[in-house]
Amino acid sequence: MSSIVSVSSLGKAYAGGFEALKSVNLEIEEGEILALLGPNGAGKTTLISTICGITVPTSGTVVVGGFDTQTAFRGARNLIGLVPQELNLEPFETVMNTLRFSRGLFGKPRNDAYLEDILKKLSLHDKKDSKVMMLSGGMKRRVLIAKALSHEPRVLFLDEPTAGVDVDLRKDMWNVVADLKADGVTIILTTHYIEEAEAIADRVGVISKGEILLIQDKAEMMAQMGKKQLVVDLAAPVTKVPAALAAYGLEIGPDGASLIYTYDTKGERTGITTLLNDLQKAGLQMADIQTRQSSLEDIFVGLVKETA
Amino acid sequence: MNFTAVASIYRFEMARFFRTITQSLVSPVLSTSLYFVVFGTAIGSRIQEVEGISYGAFIVPGLIMLSVMTQATSNASFGIYFPKFMGTIYELLSAPVNFLEITLGYVGAAATKALFIGIIILITAFFFVDITIAHPFAMIAFLVLTCVSFSLLGFIIGIWAGNFEQLQLIPLLIITPLVFLGGSFYSVTMLPPVWQTITMFNPVVYLISGFRWSFFGTADVSIGLSLIAIAFFTGACLVAIWWIFRTGWRIRQ
Repeated sequence: MSSIVSVSSLGKAYAGGFEALKSVNLEIEEGEILALLGPNGAGKTTLISTICGITVPTSGTVVVGGFDTQTAFRGARNLIGLVPQELNLEPFETVMNTLRFSRGLFGKPRNDAYLEDILKKLSLHDKKDSKVMMLSGGMKRRVLIAKALSHEPRVLFLDEPTAGVDVDLRKDMWNVVADLKADGVTIILTTHYIEEAEAIADRVGVISKGEILLIQDKAEMMAQMGKKQLVVDLAAPVTKVPAALAAYGLEIGPDGASLIYTYDTKGERTGITTLLNDLQKAGLQMADIQTRQSSLEDIFVGLVKETA
Repeated sequence: MNFTAVASIYRFEMARFFRTITQSLVSPVLSTSLYFVVFGTAIGSRIQEVEGISYGAFIVPGLIMLSVMTQATSNASFGIYFPKFMGTIYELLSAPVNFLEITLGYVGAAATKALFIGIIILITAFFFVDITIAHPFAMIAFLVLTCVSFSLLGFIIGIWAGNFEQLQLIPLLIITPLVFLGGSFYSVTMLPPVWQTITMFNPVVYLISGFRWSFFGTADVSIGLSLIAIAFFTGACLVAIWWIFRTGWRIRQ
């Protein structure tokens, strides 16, 4: 796959000296869904704003579809759709007129059939003649997506698309993103909901304090960095870990009813067989055993803590 | 040049005007009628003539200019301030448009609205006084140029303003006094010599004088000077707007 967005040594410092982006490098492949994960104030929105032209970079370059965003801004911006974090909409206009405006702004000739098709996909078609101010928050969010798609972009930036959105709507939004990917749109979304990245992204980038700490295929990241836990439910509760098992670094579960063993899936030996043998030797009777994979959240928290 | 974008901005802005068409038109017509009643009929009946023209007719160009200048400024400043206030400006900043296209769209719409109001006031004036227009093409040219130049000024104010108070500040503190003291309701020659000299530093004098010349063929300052003044003012505004978009002042971080 080829890169559709290339970010090289991108820096952004504000007048007060605050560095929102510190020499960010990022290659976004055509057709992928990239989730940029980071805590509040990490630089996610600044990165998106700088790629889209809202913020002027202090250093570095951004190339979108072969067009430099500074020297060939028209070519670059034609390819980009942006869904901002805030519900920034003209309240007194109808949904359809705001879409026509957006499409025209990007120099595309009027095409109501195409716009209506977008509205249908976003379940907004029955609201096309409603004033924006009459819509609910979730609908407004979808109007923003419709506006961003109105000029047929190849790259779509979604800045915190599900911030403050209820669970049902969040799932709807994920379906919308999946449909867009199926249509060949490259999607970059920022989020601080780990489950969102876990649910829909192909790759995950972790950003903190203006730097990209890690960017990797989601499954690879979880396989490489994910730790697994083996939970042994005991027939009789214990108050402390028997001395013979000290080497395993076991934790005692709630009410002493279980022992938890954390192991690295990357390691050559997991140590499970010897642990089970030693548990038996120590006279502990097992009622049940289960394993669980650590989530992206654990990885994320671990990474961000390391740089704190 | 992205003409589709210019047309989109223009249409979107004009839609705002037509949504509030009643208040957009009724208020200037009403206030102009009041000016005619107070200045033209009540006070004007004691003044008789200024430079050989009945006072009622004499104030018509000034009244039109007063409305056109304030309307152009407020329309254009609100037009660009509102997207800033609502946050919708992100779309303009991320669209493939340059400063000229954005300016053409917003200023074009604001100037059209002001022109519309200017023409309505002129029509209203015909109901109150007898007026003949000596140089109709020059009249239209002056009217259009004033609409455009004050819309450019309003556009700059809209970008500069950080809140609604600031949006009102310059029109209220600078433009209204300049227009009132710019000979809207009197001839500059009626002032004492010292004030005549001071008045010449008021750029609005040149606009009103030129516009009045297009009606009656007489002016306080030469028509050439009026044209130079309006060209200079328009040019200065364009340079300021070009600089604003180049540096991103107050709009792009």
